[in-house]
Amino acid sequence: MPVYLTLTRRELAAYFVSLTGYVIIAVATFLVGLSFALLLTKLHDAATPLPVTELFFQTPFFWLILLVATPVITMRLFAQEKFSGTYETLMTAPVGDGQVVLAKFTAAWLFYLLMWLPLLATFLLLRRYSSDPAALDAGTIGGTFLGIGLIGAAFMAVGLFASALSRSQIVAAMICLAGVVSLFLLSFMGDRVNLNSGWHATLFAYVDMPDHMGDFARGLVDTRAVAYYLSLTILFLFLTLRVVESRRWK
Amino acid sequence: MNGGSIIEVSDLTKRYAGHTAVSNLAFTVGRGEIVGLLGPNGAGKSTTMRMLSGFMPATSGTVRVAGFDVFAEADEVRRRIGYMPENNPLYLEMRVREYLRFRARLKGLGRAQTRSRVDVVLAQCGLTDVSKKIIGHLSKGYRQRVGLADALVHEPELVILDEPTIGLDPVQIRAVRQLIREVGRSHTVLMSTHILPEVEMTCSRVMIMLGGKILAEGAPDTLQQVMSNGSPVIAEIAAPAADLQSCWATVAEVEYFDIAAGADGFHRCTLTPRGGVDLRERVFAVAHERGWALRELTRNRHTLEDIYMQVTRANEEEES
Repeated sequence: MPVYLTLTRRELAAYFVSLTGYVIIAVATFLVGLSFALLLTKLHDAATPLPVTELFFQTPFFWLILLVATPVITMRLFAQEKFSGTYETLMTAPVGDGQVVLAKFTAAWLFYLLMWLPLLATFLLLRRYSSDPAALDAGTIGGTFLGIGLIGAAFMAVGLFASALSRSQIVAAMICLAGVVSLFLLSFMGDRVNLNSGWHATLFAYVDMPDHMGDFARGLVDTRAVAYYLSLTILFLFLTLRVVESRRWK
Repeated sequence: MNGGSIIEVSDLTKRYAGHTAVSNLAFTVGRGEIVGLLGPNGAGKSTTMRMLSGFMPATSGTVRVAGFDVFAEADEVRRRIGYMPENNPLYLEMRVREYLRFRARLKGLGRAQTRSRVDVVLAQCGLTDVSKKIIGHLSKGYRQRVGLADALVHEPELVILDEPTIGLDPVQIRAVRQLIREVGRSHTVLMSTHILPEVEMTCSRVMIMLGGKILAEGAPDTLQQVMSNGSPVIAEIAAPAADLQSCWATVAEVEYFDIAAGADGFHRCTLTPRGGVDLRERVFAVAHERGWALRELTRNRHTLEDIYMQVTRANEEEES
């Protein structure tokens, strides 16, 4: 346990000793701010029965941030260590492969959550100044952040896996981008192929990310969605562990 | 330090797709030794060290460190090894003390122990003044010391250093060598290098490696002695060339000889012995017997460099 915490701390600190961490947070904050402004204009024009959090997911900003930030956050995790050779010093220390994978994942995920904190600020701002406190309650905000955390865990795991595959951060980022964009695009498969019934349609409904996020934003926690993201996370963490272990088979 | 061997390598082989990097390596390293692994680039030194440190598995064969199998009991072994890989990779964005503290914690040291050990290795490696600096801002010599400090921080029984002086300037090289010698007083050290004077200066034993095999092994002095057996004796003798010629032809121990005219009546004879015997006493006796003046009598003593060249060249010829 102390080894895991030591590793996590170093990984998390690595975002803040280089410029990358600040740049990612700055860009995310800018985009969140932009979407907030857009949201305010929308609300100004017409009243809406939807919770504010759900409106947020209907803008492309959330998905843009998610899809772009994931590779940028995760690409360095393994690739940089392999490239600089510190992977060798790390893996010859008495640490378990599983601890390394888990620590890197935890650090990336915590950083990702940190990146979303400005969103919480916009919600609180809105709540402070809106006439109707019901527009934003603890349930919807909690649900929103649960959704953000879950989808983030899955995406960070995909990115971690991509980073473990390569020595080059660029390659890792591209593999990761291909991975998360594919997962995201699966959401629209159901609509694209015009399936309205049958098991195909059910299947595609299970992987419909905007739909899941909409539920979470309404404060609705669907266990199927929770199970989907948790399984994705576990699957990719497991695959990453196998990649890390693979140097023992070579 | 109790006796016995700390590294036992038997039948170690590493095959990559297409070529064999290390083949059937076998050697032991005793506690307290400073062993140098010498060889040209691509001889398999780094591969061997990576297998010793447990970073890379062997294709076949076993490595035991302090009695533990490197692969099956990896954690036990890793706790006992301080390993500095080739090119000394470090987290350049971290500060020196912060890095060493991180490494110490990673290696399982407690909080109090970490604090005291980090202070010890900082002082030992001459890093106390730069402990607050960012590693990326340090010179290569200092970075090498950070790598060494990391290798030593958990008080390992065995220190493995892969090319510890590569890329340093002469002053830095001297400082790092000095440090390694000091470390060798209390630890077993296995270091690789392709620089000959380095092993002569720092190591108690040398293994010359080429093409994934150990070609020669021994203390630098013994190695020199052994390899010098059978090397020609040079004698400068004041005698007519014809007399010398007939004389050497009758001495059974001389396989062949060469006589060159020297200044003021002396001749320089190069005598190659038969069966690796030392000819010097015999030459003196002959000269004494016949009343010849003898003013030089030496045997070519191989430097480690000669041995290295000889061994590697012999191997190349064998292969071609």
